[in-house]
Amino acid sequence: MMLLLRIASTHVRTRMRQTVVSILGVALGVGFSVAMAALMQGSQQDFMATLIDAIPHVEIQDEKREPTVQPATAAYDAVAFHGLRPLEDLRGIRNPTEALASLRDWVDGKLAQRLSGQAVLRYSGQDLGMTLIGVVPRRELAVSKIREDMRQGSFEALEATGNGLVIGDKAAERLGAGLGDTVTLTSANGIAKRFKIVGLFHAGIKSSDEGLAYAPLKAVQILLEKPDIINSISIRLNDIDEANAVAARAERQLGYKAVSWEEANEGLMETFFVRNVIMYTVVGAILVVAGFGIYNIVSTIVHEKSKDIAILKSLGFPETDIQQIFVLEGLVIGALGAVAGSVLGFGLSSYLASITFDISKDVEMTHLPIYFSALHYATACLLALFSSAIAGLLPARKAARLNPVDIIRGAS
Amino acid sequence: MLLEARNLTRILPAVVPVTLVEDVNFEVGASEFVAITGPSGSGKSSLLYLLGLLDRATAGEVLIDGLETKDLTPAEMARIRLEKIGFVFQFHFLLPEFTALENVIIPMQKLGRLPAHEQREHAAGLLSDLGLQDFLDRRPEQLSGGQRQRVAVARSLANTPDLILADEPTGSLDSAATEQVFDSLHKIVENQKTTVVAVTHDLDLAARMERRIHLVDGRIDYDRPC
Repeated sequence: MMLLLRIASTHVRTRMRQTVVSILGVALGVGFSVAMAALMQGSQQDFMATLIDAIPHVEIQDEKREPTVQPATAAYDAVAFHGLRPLEDLRGIRNPTEALASLRDWVDGKLAQRLSGQAVLRYSGQDLGMTLIGVVPRRELAVSKIREDMRQGSFEALEATGNGLVIGDKAAERLGAGLGDTVTLTSANGIAKRFKIVGLFHAGIKSSDEGLAYAPLKAVQILLEKPDIINSISIRLNDIDEANAVAARAERQLGYKAVSWEEANEGLMETFFVRNVIMYTVVGAILVVAGFGIYNIVSTIVHEKSKDIAILKSLGFPETDIQQIFVLEGLVIGALGAVAGSVLGFGLSSYLASITFDISKDVEMTHLPIYFSALHYATACLLALFSSAIAGLLPARKAARLNPVDIIRGAS
Repeated sequence: MLLEARNLTRILPAVVPVTLVEDVNFEVGASEFVAITGPSGSGKSSLLYLLGLLDRATAGEVLIDGLETKDLTPAEMARIRLEKIGFVFQFHFLLPEFTALENVIIPMQKLGRLPAHEQREHAAGLLSDLGLQDFLDRRPEQLSGGQRQRVAVARSLANTPDLILADEPTGSLDSAATEQVFDSLHKIVENQKTTVVAVTHDLDLAARMERRIHLVDGRIDYDRPC
């Protein structure tokens, strides 16, 4: 094999200009694909990290996947019922303490209960519709990143203040209210209750900053007239990959719908999948184009070296050796291109990672999310080598089939 | 017998098939120096390619050292060429990127019979025997026509074959170089007891060999000692 490799290397060296062009073609393909993969996976991971930080890994909601079985359906074996009045039931997760305790037995992570509802926030003659979330502050802090979003006051203050309220800074701005001010919340049932603003947050999402408010769970249960009822349980897992399994088990156990972060963002996951398919298709196309360059040079060498092929055959080199020589030529170019491309890809990725820019006043200087992975380099190099081998194989087969007698006669 | 042609026929398939060699029969023993002569187009080179297993006969067959070669695979034929046959062509057909020494070493590397350092010594010895000791590291383009052809002769001897097949080995050389190459082939027969079968149109040269097979229209016209 070393002899064949030596002959192959000598051949590609003799056509240095074309060889360099072909190597550059492969290098550009590998380099850009590595940089593109680093950028795309970086942005995907950055987005996922932000997303996973922002939402519960599993959320148990106060609804069921299947409609409630009505008493008449259970009692009679009928094909269909008409005109029956369905059983009215108050929505919500009953006995939350028991439900939470049963989950804590096996869930590897933190749990927090919530009761959400709509309310109108009034201050100084101004009204603002809000989504009010009743929380147990220390539990909410364990499952969410709200602490990082606090701009004034503290979330922990809800624990000490029975009628404390944390609202978004935009909402406060619109109402003209500030920290320490007392506001009135009125539920849909017409019950009004006074709350004291103990904290302002800024999530960077307009709908949250203008329309979300946190208050102690007990106070919200009273306001919404839902004593000892919650309508969701948020779970933050130590291993996010367990989310689907935990959601499935929790749903089986409690009977309520449990949604993992993957299920909740199914469309997004599909988008990422499609994006990756597009990326690898583009990378493949680049390398196929590079392969044409290699095919061209190996074909030229086969044409130019037909005398050498004849003499090697007359010396006793079998067809397989001749074929291997030209496949090796493709691989030599591919390997050199892959090495150069890896260096180029690393340089490009490093450069992209070093670019910083200012998005807005609320977000400090940021940079492109670049993910350096050996897998990207290995994949691009293997694809390049595969493409090179195929590009070399086609002319190599032609070379192997050349009849030495025809060439020797032609030369004579 | 080292080499035997039995009813050897080669017809080129075409709209009008061309008969290159027709019903040729002869035997060549060890240490013979045989000339194949004949006018242009008489099938001399075609016969040589058949004898060297570079081409397949349409009918009949070639036996090398008693081995029937008719049903051998291309790889098996290549192996016999590597081990038992050396070729010298009208044009040197040296690999242009390699030095004289490397050109001679390549068949040895392929066969792998000798360790690397012995391959080098053996190749240098062959080239020195042919008066090329000062040109070992020269590339073909740096050598004269006669020198190149002598390197080709040295390469044909690399794996110590039983049989050297030469196709107009002096056809492209001037008279001085022709003498050098012919002497080289003669010495091979005398000193190494290797059989040489050489196609030539040079009747003076043929007359200096031991035996002459003369072809006309692909058939043997006569086969007699010189």
